[in-house]
Amino acid sequence: MRAPELTVRNIVNALLILGLALVPVYAWATGNVFVMTLLTRALVYAIAAMSLNLIMGYGGLVSFGHALFIGIGAYAVGIMAFHGNANGLLQFPLAIGVSALFAMLVGALSLRTRGVYFIMITLAFAQMVYFAGVGLEAYGADDGMPLKRRSTLGPIDLADRTQLYLFSLAALLGTVWLIGRIVNSRFGMVIRGAKSNEVRMLALGFPVFRYRLTAFTIAGAICGLAGGLMANQAGFVSPAMMHWVQSGDLIVMVVVGGIQSLLGPVYGAVTFIVVEHFLSTWMKETWQLVFGPLIILLALFARNGLDDLFALLDKREAGRDG
Amino acid sequence: MSTLLIENTLHGIQLGLLLFLLAAGLTLVFGIMDMVNLAHGSLYMIGAYFAVTLIKTTDSFVLGVILAFAATLVFGIVLERFVLSSLYARDHLDQVLATFGLILFFNKLVQVIWGPAGLSIALPPWLAQKIEILPGVPYPLYRLVITLVSLAVAGGLWFLITRTRTGMLIRAGASNRKMVSALGVDIKWLFTLVFGLGAGLAGLAGVMYAPISTVYSGMGEEVLIQAFVVIVIGGIGSIRGAFIASLGLGLIDTLGRLFLVDLCKLVMAASAASTVGPALASMLIYLIMAGVLVWRPTGLFGRS
Repeated sequence: MRAPELTVRNIVNALLILGLALVPVYAWATGNVFVMTLLTRALVYAIAAMSLNLIMGYGGLVSFGHALFIGIGAYAVGIMAFHGNANGLLQFPLAIGVSALFAMLVGALSLRTRGVYFIMITLAFAQMVYFAGVGLEAYGADDGMPLKRRSTLGPIDLADRTQLYLFSLAALLGTVWLIGRIVNSRFGMVIRGAKSNEVRMLALGFPVFRYRLTAFTIAGAICGLAGGLMANQAGFVSPAMMHWVQSGDLIVMVVVGGIQSLLGPVYGAVTFIVVEHFLSTWMKETWQLVFGPLIILLALFARNGLDDLFALLDKREAGRDG
Repeated sequence: MSTLLIENTLHGIQLGLLLFLLAAGLTLVFGIMDMVNLAHGSLYMIGAYFAVTLIKTTDSFVLGVILAFAATLVFGIVLERFVLSSLYARDHLDQVLATFGLILFFNKLVQVIWGPAGLSIALPPWLAQKIEILPGVPYPLYRLVITLVSLAVAGGLWFLITRTRTGMLIRAGASNRKMVSALGVDIKWLFTLVFGLGAGLAGLAGVMYAPISTVYSGMGEEVLIQAFVVIVIGGIGSIRGAFIASLGLGLIDTLGRLFLVDLCKLVMAASAASTVGPALASMLIYLIMAGVLVWRPTGLFGRS
């Protein structure tokens, strides 16, 4: 394997991961636990956004219902905890498995369609499950329910904030590794090929539908993991987790970071959570008056998000060398 | 029981017509411009808020409603000219993002201007009464009026689309945009016209339904998502599909909420039925959508 090049992008990526790993040290040294709690949310969203990027960025499938799988994962953990089982070694596989199953069902129906249809159908299915959550009287209906007990995985107890942070970081790094492997594999090439020219991939003999369904299912499964972590992070499970605004937020995170890059969603999620935090602290209730137009500007003028910035810096470097 | 059934059937038709007013404009925008406009529901909401203010300031219900409709129409055209028209050439992801940003902005803006609490509009006394539509079946007059107005609008739309030159261009645009443009039709003009038409219909729906529902931030998206289901079932670009699907879904949704608890009681315990029934009723239209997708992925009247 070739050593990674020393580009601006790679240096910043290394610094990001190092910085994220040092957050608990910072929290311990300064006693500022809030930063760690905020960034735990960012890490969990980063996992969800990466899973969305697998189908949206690499596969070209704009799903507007991805928060559905956050909800399923969160409810899997929440419902098990409600019935007295807080064993994460059972909860997380269940969250991942049920999400994968749902993703397969939703994918099998929605992937038969293209473009605008696909966007509307994924949104509609997420809304359907949202209403199912609202209808779960035993589990708090539309108010949701507090998580009875946070998950434990062997010696790891997610009720401890530092352990939750480190576990989420480990889950994120695992996701980065997995999705990195997927998109660079032959399977990933088919998914990416189908994005740029579906007819050609079909002509080459690839059953594009089956490849896409597999990718959609994997994305749902990973997002289910994020949902299980989200339940632990929030200490709460509610239908609001799969509200359509959440699905929109995930799309924004992916685009902010740059849909063409592996780590883009991580930058996007961290940026999103931090910007959201500061805007809502400064502007109180009215922060969306600024946030909405920011998203519009992003869509109109900065489509590749932070990726463009790195590319620009790298080009300047390359220009100086040449 | 039969009174209840008649009343709910009429309610169902009203919901269907409301969905049609939203879906008709939206399906044309999708079909002709291949553009995802999530902010369509915002026009519905803004129409309702305009109605609140204009009825209060003019102190006349009829005048307020007419002015609110006109104001929403202008608002929609301005929105199209200044923001949305720059999105036509972009891909779907850009359109989703930008219109999502618009929704967040408008939903907050109405809260800042009109306050966070839901608002309501009082009907004038002459509209607030009930009349007997069948012997022994009284029905609110205003609901009857909006049903008739919606039907008239649907009829007018049918006439415009099928019997006029403009309608011919709209239909041609929905089936082959490039060809229409190559034949020398000013496609930009057609886009603005179609968008204005859609905005007007959404605004009209918001204005008319404001007095019988609460006016609140986010009310647009609730019906918008149902209008999406209508379009998926009816087929993109098909007004006829939108009409049939919206009436069907309006009736199924309303009657489902009425009967599903009882139907569930036939197959399960009463306590379980009272939980499952309402949940199932709110999921019903999505389940039907799933069924239609298995059978016809491009909708009932869509082209494959």
